[in-house]
Amino acid sequence: MAEAKSFPLNAWYAVAWNHEIKHELAARTICDQDVVLYRRDDGAVAALEDACWHRLLPLSMGRLKDNQVVCGYHGLVFNSMGRCTYMPAQKTINPAANVRAYPIIERHRLIWLWPGDPALADPAKMPDFHWNDGNDWVGEGGAFYNLKCDYRLVVDNLMDLTHETYVHVGSIGDEAITSTPFEVTHTDRTATVTRWMIDIEPPPFWAKQLGRLGRVDRWQIIYFQAPSVVVGDVGVALTGTGAQQGDRSQGVNGAFLAAITPETDKTCHYFWNFVRTFRKDDGLLTRDIQRAHVNDGRGVYDQDHDVLEAQQKAIDRNPRMPFYNLNIDAGALWARRKIDNMLKSEHAQSARASGEAAE
Amino acid sequence: MPERIEWRSAQLHSVRDLTPDIRLFEIAPTGDFVAPTPGSHFNIVVQVNGRADVRSYSAVGLSADRVYRIAVKLLRDSRGGSAYMWRLPAGAQMTISTPGNHFELSRGREQYLLLAGGIGITPIYTMAVALAQAGANFRLLYGCRRRQDLAFVDELQNLVGDRVRFFVSEEGTRINVDEEIGRLAPGSELYVCGPIGMLEAAKRYWSESGRPIDQLRFETFGSSGRFASQPFKLKIPRLGLELNVPANQTMLETLESVGVEMIFDCRRGECGLCALPILSVDGIVDHRDVFFSDEEKATNKKLCTCVSRIVGSSITIDTADRAI
Repeated sequence: MAEAKSFPLNAWYAVAWNHEIKHELAARTICDQDVVLYRRDDGAVAALEDACWHRLLPLSMGRLKDNQVVCGYHGLVFNSMGRCTYMPAQKTINPAANVRAYPIIERHRLIWLWPGDPALADPAKMPDFHWNDGNDWVGEGGAFYNLKCDYRLVVDNLMDLTHETYVHVGSIGDEAITSTPFEVTHTDRTATVTRWMIDIEPPPFWAKQLGRLGRVDRWQIIYFQAPSVVVGDVGVALTGTGAQQGDRSQGVNGAFLAAITPETDKTCHYFWNFVRTFRKDDGLLTRDIQRAHVNDGRGVYDQDHDVLEAQQKAIDRNPRMPFYNLNIDAGALWARRKIDNMLKSEHAQSARASGEAAE
Repeated sequence: MPERIEWRSAQLHSVRDLTPDIRLFEIAPTGDFVAPTPGSHFNIVVQVNGRADVRSYSAVGLSADRVYRIAVKLLRDSRGGSAYMWRLPAGAQMTISTPGNHFELSRGREQYLLLAGGIGITPIYTMAVALAQAGANFRLLYGCRRRQDLAFVDELQNLVGDRVRFFVSEEGTRINVDEEIGRLAPGSELYVCGPIGMLEAAKRYWSESGRPIDQLRFETFGSSGRFASQPFKLKIPRLGLELNVPANQTMLETLESVGVEMIFDCRRGECGLCALPILSVDGIVDHRDVFFSDEEKATNKKLCTCVSRIVGSSITIDTADRAI
């Protein structure tokens, strides 16, 4: 059996922020597949295999002409469905001349691509990422392209926020996180880590956002949708005002959003945002929060970035060493289980057949 | 799309005759199973005149049960592949490739027209199955010479109901291709597999109706022409050669058999690499390729040696065996 990939192919993956894809060719590697993206005049986004049918030159090295891609080598032309519409020096077109066209959905300010079997590309399988729409929740957001780690390490990172205490000291880190028990629940395709820290001193970031003195109840409800979307509902409210019972009116609520896309087995693209429901019109605050996350190496996500790449390097240098798991890893382990289940059902097709044909 | 094809040893599970000259083969491959997509084909190793050769056959059905299926028409004037296949008993060992696809079915179109002639039903049948499963809006028109030549009649009626219509030319029912194309909504796609005459008519009406040419999809294994295959004489004055091309061999194979160096790629009349100039012809050139345009074919200046033939006594061609 061919070596199994670490990522399912039959899933929608974020591949770009919508404003990044214009009427020009943009190359991405998604799940080990080279893709060229562009926006047509009518606004629709096209995604083609980034290799000319003829001699495999990346089509992204060519140019756009009338919503079609002209190969930069011999001028073959492919339309947005991937079909060749022009071949040089002949009157007809070889009917077999196509490049793969990928199903695309533009939603929640991101562009999502389905790298697997197009017959299975069901829009109903889109992960819920509505927090990123810019309506009820606001935030700027960004992307780490070519983050040099297995996408699952990012999932691990977000599914266990104990790390905040150590990686993000002085901002969102707090001893209370490590000392408060949490609960992990799961469904077919989701896993949720819920942690309520009752009657604590707010960490610096949250104290500032709340803008009121006093002890707080702090929550972290982290919602994972397989294979790689994580949404963390986080916030604080004055203690004793009923936040855990559903009344968050005396607090501030944010959400960290992550759509993580495997680039290769050991690299990924990480689309992130931190959105909030408070002071939504405060552009300065939006800017501040953005900078608190990514700021030339000093933001909290910059800190995660360094840890994740260092972790991947260490894994590569210790190939036989397994991870050891702690109680705190329950959320990450459930998330990985959901990924593994997807992989299993995807690979069942190819694996189960072996042997059936033996005499 | 570039694709990697792997060989598998396999066992011929069973055979069943669908018509007097079309036989269904159920083949159980070993190793990792790769399911065919609509429009896929398999390459199969056949023995012809004691030599191993490869033939391509369209996948029949989507192999949800992990059994590959093909349907092979026994061709009396064939190059020997179909005769070999028909001699195989159930239980025979075979070598089959994982599926390749030069005829992919696009998903999500508003409307589809599927057009099949004769044995060309094989990929079209699989497309109909897939489109029916997806709940797509499509029609399938399937024509044959005689009623007994129609394959998959019950299966199609069960699967797609009144989306399929059958035409039997011997009974005077013919597919009215231009009318059918005229009824299609804009953005619809046409998939054709059948004899070259059917394909050429479809292409003509399609372009006359002003539809984008890339939305007419077709596949040809280059096996059918306007005329039955006949033997003829092949003369190459530059090389001092006079060869006999038997009915069951292509010009390209004949040239290769005497050591004339040729270049080629697809060997099914698509790429044009094996085309040679015609010096003179005593007979009619039966152009069976899809590389040359109708205008180019009418000039009879060149022909694709992998598929095209002549009906008549002889053809004189030139080769590129010269310095400049």
